[in-house]
This record gives sequence, C-alpha cells and structure tokens, in this order.
Amino acid sequence: MSREAVYRRPKHVLYIVAILYACVSLLPFVWSVYTSLKPTDEVFTSIVPISHLNFGSYTTIIHDFPFARWLGNSIIVAAIVTAGNLCVNTFAGYAFARLKFPGRGLLFYAFLAVMMIPSQVVLVPIYMLLAKLGWIDTYQGLTIPFLMSPFMIFLARQFFLGLPKELEEAARIDGLGHWGVFWRIFLPLSRPLLAAQTIFTFQGNWNSFLWPVLLATSQDMYTLPVGLNSFYGQYDAYWNSVMAGVILLTLPMIIVFLVFQRQFVKGISTTGIK
Amino acid sequence: MNGVQTHTVVGHRVSRRKAVDQALAGYLFVLPALASLVVFLVGPILYAFYISFQQFSFLDEQSTRFVGLANYTHLFHDPVFLRALWNTTLYSLGVVPVQTALALFLAIIVNRVQGKTFFRVAYYLPTVTSTVAVSVMFVFLFQPQGLVNQFLALFGVRGPNYFNSPTFALPAIMVMAIWSTVGQFMIIYLAGLQDIPDELYEAASMDGASGWKLTRYITIPMLRRTTFLVIVMSLIGTFQVFDQAYVVSGGTGGPLNATLTVILDLFIKGFKDMQMGYASAMAFVLFAIIMILTLIQHYVIGRED
Repeated sequence: MSREAVYRRPKHVLYIVAILYACVSLLPFVWSVYTSLKPTDEVFTSIVPISHLNFGSYTTIIHDFPFARWLGNSIIVAAIVTAGNLCVNTFAGYAFARLKFPGRGLLFYAFLAVMMIPSQVVLVPIYMLLAKLGWIDTYQGLTIPFLMSPFMIFLARQFFLGLPKELEEAARIDGLGHWGVFWRIFLPLSRPLLAAQTIFTFQGNWNSFLWPVLLATSQDMYTLPVGLNSFYGQYDAYWNSVMAGVILLTLPMIIVFLVFQRQFVKGISTTGIK
Repeated sequence: MNGVQTHTVVGHRVSRRKAVDQALAGYLFVLPALASLVVFLVGPILYAFYISFQQFSFLDEQSTRFVGLANYTHLFHDPVFLRALWNTTLYSLGVVPVQTALALFLAIIVNRVQGKTFFRVAYYLPTVTSTVAVSVMFVFLFQPQGLVNQFLALFGVRGPNYFNSPTFALPAIMVMAIWSTVGQFMIIYLAGLQDIPDELYEAASMDGASGWKLTRYITIPMLRRTTFLVIVMSLIGTFQVFDQAYVVSGGTGGPLNATLTVILDLFIKGFKDMQMGYASAMAFVLFAIIMILTLIQHYVIGRED
C-alpha cells in the first residue's frame, strides 16, 4: 500500500491551498512588474489599459540615473567575492580533510568557533581598518574582507572527507604531487560542492546590504541594493521607476535561481542554510 | 646487516620527507583562509572586545579613555537600546512561530500534490530576492492607497498608513519577513519529510489512523529535529534583522523608534553618532543572545542523540 492510498482525503483541497499560497508568494512580484510598466500618474490605478503599459520606467532609470553603474558594481563585487570564496574555502576545506599537518585540529576549531560569532560584531573594527587603509568606497574594501567563509570551509571539509581514500594512493602511483592530486583528481569530483558554494556566495553577496551601505559612500560605488534604497528614498513619488529598479535588482537572481534550481534545493536540504 | 640498517634509515628519511612535504602543502592550502581569518575576523573581534570597554570615537581618537563596564551597564539603562531590544524580541516572537508553522503546513501539502517543482520554485522565489527589493515592494503594497488597503476596502475596512504608524510599522515588517523566508524553511521540512519511512504510515493506517491523525501522531513528532533546527535558525536570523528596518524607515528606525532593531541601533550609534565603543558593547550583547540560542540548540540536539 502506497502513501497515496493511505491518505484518502479529497486531494483538490490540497491543490486549492497550495495554489492559493503560490498566489500569495508570487503576487508581489507580478504586481511590481505590472507597476513598473504603468505611467507615473496611474501607479495607484488597479486596472490600467494594456495600451498604457510601457517600458519607459526602465529606460528612465538606466539613462537618467546611475542604475547601469550600480548594476555593474554589483556584478563586479559579486563576481570577485564568489571567485575568491571558491578558491579560498575549497583549498582550506581540502587541506583540513585530506592533508596531515601539525595543528590541523586546532586550526579547524578556530574556524568553527568564529562561525558562531555574528558578523555584526566586526562592523566597527573592519570599518576602522578599511578607513586606515584608505579602502572605504573602493572595490578592494567591498571585496577583500569577504573572500572567506568559515561555514563554506566546513562544508568543503565534509565534502572531501566523504570521498574514498584510494583516490590519493592511485594518484601517488601516477607520480602526482600534492597540487596535482588536488587539481587533477579531487577538483573534477567536487562539482556539487562548487555549485553549492557558488550559488550561496553569489546570492548572499548580490543581496547584501549592511556592508555595502556602510562601505560604499559615494553614488559611484553603490551596489544595486544600496542604489535602489537611495533612489527609493528620493523618488518615492515615481513608483513605476522605483519598481523598475526592484525588478532590475531581482531579475538576475531569479534567473540564476531558475537555472540552478535543483542545486539550490539540494544545497538547502543538506546544509540547512540560505 | 649493515645494509639492512641503511635501508631502513633511508626509508625513514623518505617517509619523513614525505610527511614534511605534506605538512607544507597543508599549510599552503590553508594559508589564504587563515590570513583572512586573522586579519578580518579574529583580529577585529578582539579589537571590538577591547574598545567595548572604552569611550571611543574614530573621529577623535585622542579622547579615548577606558571606562570599564560602563558601556555595558549603560546599555541596560538606555531607553533607545531597550526599545530596540524589545522591538527585536517582539519581531522574533512574532515571526518565528508563524513562519515555522506555515512552513511545516506548506511542506506537508506540497509533499502530497503533483507539480512539486512548481510549488517549490514559487514558494522559494521570495527567499532569493534581495531584502531591499522585498522591503520596497512591500512599502508599495502597504501604501495608504496600495493593494493591501484596496483589498481591505472590499470588506469595508479602512487600512492605516502602515509604515507611518508606530502601531503598524513593525507588524508590517513581520509580515514581510514571514513571506520572504517561509519558502526556505519549507524546503528544509520537505527534505525532513522524505526521511520518514513509509512503513510508519502503513502500520498506523492498519490500526485505523488516517488523515489528520497520521499528521498529528507521526509526521509532526518525526519532524521534531527539523522543527528544532528551523526554530533556532529562524531565531538567530530574526535577531539580526537590519535591512528591512533600515529601508522602510530611511535608516532612522522610525516612526518613533517603532522599527528600531538592535543592529540598526548599533549602526546608528556606531556610524552616525560615532560612539564606537558603545556600539561594540551592543554587538557583544547581541553575540551573547545568539550564543545562548546556539548553546540551547547544541544541548537539545546533543541530548536527543
């Protein structure tokens, strides 16, 4: 007897509830897209004739406001941070799992311990450090402090621990050095790890607001979330343009999500992280 | 005999060299992460702890002085901080139970219908969306003449101007938070549901249990660990809320401090008022709260194993 047969409740109730919540979940997006296409004087009109809808708000925010620049900044920063994290965390996770060296256990515990500390604790000291280095309002400031994640190192270590032991032995016989073993044997096997890291690091950085609002002080260095926040603060009478900004910020992430949907779900179910 | 000895000595030397080689490789692989850990985490954490005992302003470092525990004791007499702590607690207590229950409810439903992929994507979409984007969307939906109030008007209810109202601003942020994170926890629950063996349901239904009883006596108890994980993660997350409060209040925590959260207060004290020692003390109080939540998690999970 299957689980389906065990439950005999009328299924259409379930479908109705599931679809209702899907509407709740999707309506704000739909409404934002719809609003972004309306003319300014009709943003609060619920039903606007289709002939009035247009992409004017999008051209406005791209041509008359620095949204293109902010989009570029977001892409640059997220790309550097993601690439950096991929290297740094994968290397460290690999070493903690597969190489023996004195102090390994202790070092690993240091990373674990720091994981428990909320990142807001270092807000003040990092700001001061970056100010002393002259890195406030620069790409270095927005990227270099964020190239490592203890949690991702932990994940990488778990992943490499799970691979069979014979791999190294076979590689040694082939005469590969430590770097060769990592690069030629282990890295090709770690696609799922790299996928999970890429997705979550990119997402976290793309959506990040607290750090960039602190560290990007001039309009030219704003990332999209910071730019959108400042734009909405000044032009909240132009809801169609504000909503166009919302879509510009949201759409790239939604595309990444839809493309890597499976990995997202797998990553969340196994790690419990966002 | 002499030959054998030389042989083992050489063997030792070779294996020692290999061990040194491996250790060297290990250090090189860990080095970038370690450098980052020391420079951008451990160092700053210690420094933050140090200045939390000082009256310290970055703009005026000469007048720095040691004040002992004064920053910490002052926190608990500071009406603004206490308000922020209260708001954050209310926010957490409002969001966590509703979001957990809703996530569980949706997971049980989605698990039993066709088209799982569609529902998973639909429910998860808000989670991948930037909190700034979500906040701006909701500010629009909650405008006095926005969609929410238009909907309420159908029932003859006149909705307030949510984000200008000290009463409604925080609840509106709570609704936004629940909407945007429920999908994430639903997916964790869905994974948990796959681990419940079918035999349990079969056995129970042989005994005449069905429908709600199966959910009540098998599904929910079997998901206890998942529920626990979800609650703790959600508590930790809600205590760190910042983006939404900053966006809806223009960085002030208004109206009348109604949306001031601990991190927002920290941000204002540290970087607008330049009281960096005081802000650091605040950060460590938050750390203590999160630490306690984490320890409870470890304790309970440890006890179950």
